[in-house]
Amino acid sequence: MILFLLLSPLPAFAVNPDEVLADPALEARARALSAQLRCMVCQNQSIDDSNAELARDLRVLVRERIVSGDSDEAVIDYVVSRYGEFVLLKPRLRGETLLLWGAPIVLFLGGAIAMMLFVRRRAGKAVGEPLTAEEKAALEKIVAGSQAKGAGGES
Amino acid sequence: MIIEIGHYALVLLLATSIVQSLLPLAGTVRNDPALMAVAPSAAVTGFLLTAFSFAILTFAYVTSDFSVANVWQNSHSMKPMIYKISGVWGNHEGSMMLWLLILTFFSALVATFGGNLPERLRANVLAVQGWITTAFGLFILLTSNPFLRLDPAPGEGQDLNPILQDVGLAIHPPLLYLGYVGFSVCFSFAIAALIDGRIDAAWARWVRPWALMAWSFLTAGIAMGSYWAYYELGWGGWWFWDPVENASFMPWLAGTALLHSALVMEKREALKIWTVLLSILTFSLSLLGTFLVRSGVLTSVHAFATDPTRGVFILTILIIFIGGALSLFALRAPTLKAGGLFAPISREGALVFNNLILTTAAATVLTGTLYPLVLEALTGEKISVGAPFFNLTFGLLMLPLLLAVPFGPLLAWKRGDLLAAGQRLFAAVGIGLFLAAIAQWSQGGGPVLAYFGLAIGFYMLAGAVTDLALRSGVGKVTAGVARRRLFGLPGSAFGTALAHFGVGVTVIGIVAVTAFETEHVVEMKPGASVEAGGYTLTFDGMRQGRGPNFTEESGHFTIARAGVSKGEVWSSKRLYTARRMPTTEAGIRTFGFSQLYVSLGDAMSDGGIVVRVWWKPMILCIWIGSLIMMAGGFVSLCDRRLRIGAPQGARKARPVPALGAAE
Repeated sequence: MILFLLLSPLPAFAVNPDEVLADPALEARARALSAQLRCMVCQNQSIDDSNAELARDLRVLVRERIVSGDSDEAVIDYVVSRYGEFVLLKPRLRGETLLLWGAPIVLFLGGAIAMMLFVRRRAGKAVGEPLTAEEKAALEKIVAGSQAKGAGGES
Repeated sequence: MIIEIGHYALVLLLATSIVQSLLPLAGTVRNDPALMAVAPSAAVTGFLLTAFSFAILTFAYVTSDFSVANVWQNSHSMKPMIYKISGVWGNHEGSMMLWLLILTFFSALVATFGGNLPERLRANVLAVQGWITTAFGLFILLTSNPFLRLDPAPGEGQDLNPILQDVGLAIHPPLLYLGYVGFSVCFSFAIAALIDGRIDAAWARWVRPWALMAWSFLTAGIAMGSYWAYYELGWGGWWFWDPVENASFMPWLAGTALLHSALVMEKREALKIWTVLLSILTFSLSLLGTFLVRSGVLTSVHAFATDPTRGVFILTILIIFIGGALSLFALRAPTLKAGGLFAPISREGALVFNNLILTTAAATVLTGTLYPLVLEALTGEKISVGAPFFNLTFGLLMLPLLLAVPFGPLLAWKRGDLLAAGQRLFAAVGIGLFLAAIAQWSQGGGPVLAYFGLAIGFYMLAGAVTDLALRSGVGKVTAGVARRRLFGLPGSAFGTALAHFGVGVTVIGIVAVTAFETEHVVEMKPGASVEAGGYTLTFDGMRQGRGPNFTEESGHFTIARAGVSKGEVWSSKRLYTARRMPTTEAGIRTFGFSQLYVSLGDAMSDGGIVVRVWWKPMILCIWIGSLIMMAGGFVSLCDRRLRIGAPQGARKARPVPALGAAE
């Protein structure tokens, strides 16, 4: 966290009033898209949070594409075609990122199955040897004795 | 001269830690009590030496002795005293000294309060602590020595990074390290048990207080760091899924899992092998975090330790300890006998579910943090994994866990009744939905998902209260008896309820601020106003100011609601003179649990200034909830059964139930 504080940019703003689109619906889309795009020269910051020049250029670019009528996917595709996959903070599912997206699912399901098997196998096992006739008799005697004693104690 | 004495004490510490690593172990192998008895005295001596060395480094900072390179690089004679002291650990060398200080402190605690531990176990545990101390002592002396001198001594220091000149630096790292390093004790216990090949419920009873303590400190440390970032960075975020944050969050997730599995092991002797593995994994993640942060391996351009020799050194420590521990585990785990049986639907089953989700979550965060690094190393392709990825995957994983939390304590050990637990939680579910509906009505609309999230939060609060109510027999016995039973409940019952309540509070804060936060970016001239969260914020003008080592420009704002004045707030931009570095000091005004957050931007040529105003509803709940969780940990730690320690031999050491004694 200390490092993170050190890594953060000089304080100033990310989105400035002059960039904001007049149409609130389009602006909301631009903000949502900006949060998904990485500021290429920053450390783990979206262009929405960053005040770097490059982030500003990218924000303006995103807004230009939105105003010109691009869908969200088209804007993302356009930015990726210019800056590469590195610009996406949420990588798209493809060969290289299969393990990344698959890890949580595989780990969760694998873990769940392993645990179910473990519990089943152990629950199904009989505990120890069955009692012999002598042991049963001895046990009954003890139980009967303790019950009598318990009753005596209470009265 | 005094600096050299501190340096010498550090070298002596290395010598004692080597003794502590070897002799007790030889003692357990040869069954020689005299050798085993070396461990506690070596541990206490090691702590005293480290504390002395640390005190001398602090003395160098306090007296601004710039002949010490480390002080020259990170301090300034004009710096306020509190930052001179906290500045000791505001840099790489000093923070490693703090790491070592806390590590030896915990060893000394085990040595001092471990009187009821079996001799062999204590000797082995302290020996393992000795290995860790040796590794990090060597690391400091060889690659990160804070006692190196400069000749000639410069007249003035280079000052501490201004962002670190904050009370947060005095609190956050020590708490975080108490947590991080605290898990080393659990690790040492696990290794000691594997060395001896013996492990039982008593072992879990010794480990659990350490896990609880480390976890409580880590919880507070992470929460404190989050709040610090929130108010210091000036853009209102409170969690960024930054690799450095993830480095502290992964041990927390694994540690939370450990806390719960140790419970199963202590009560039911089940999950032994798993608990040992988790103890190893949790501290391994702490070590990994230290490596990630200290080596600068994660494309950090500003990391304060980008020296590759340090990275390689820590990586070696990492490989030896994690690799060694896991090999030992693989070798010895099959010989550990598995314990108690349980049905899938039972308290044990619920805790297994908890462990499954928490470890998957920790693994997900680990994958996301390391994936870009590994992919680039293997294929040369650069990708980014950021907040949107973590929010999605982590959020989905947490959902079932949050829903399950109130069920856990209501299920019986061995075989539980899910339906009955569900019936008992009927009221909690109702309360959750009802309160969410009220919130919906008062907000007048908004995303459905947000109210669903709020309902989960309220349901968790009600669930925690339900647990305590059922335990004290509310509704079944008279109010007086229920009250007496409530106060007679063991500390761990209160701790559980408190911690789960805290999770609910945090969830409410996160959902509320994510869904209902409003943000305004406006250019303001004196006299202009802006609306946020029902408050009107009026900009009055700027003022120049001067602090001990900075100059500042502050904007003054008055706050009103429906024409009635509700106070004022200052928001500033500072320029620290020594480093010519600007910072923002956001203006924050608290109303109940919500905050108005005002941050200043660039001045415009026409005399206006860009102002960013956020309304952050219920945001304080995020950190208050974490503090409640921490409190839950400490309350649980006060449980008499943990203080007394494991039963010795027969069950005679079990305390008489408080209720029976009172009657």
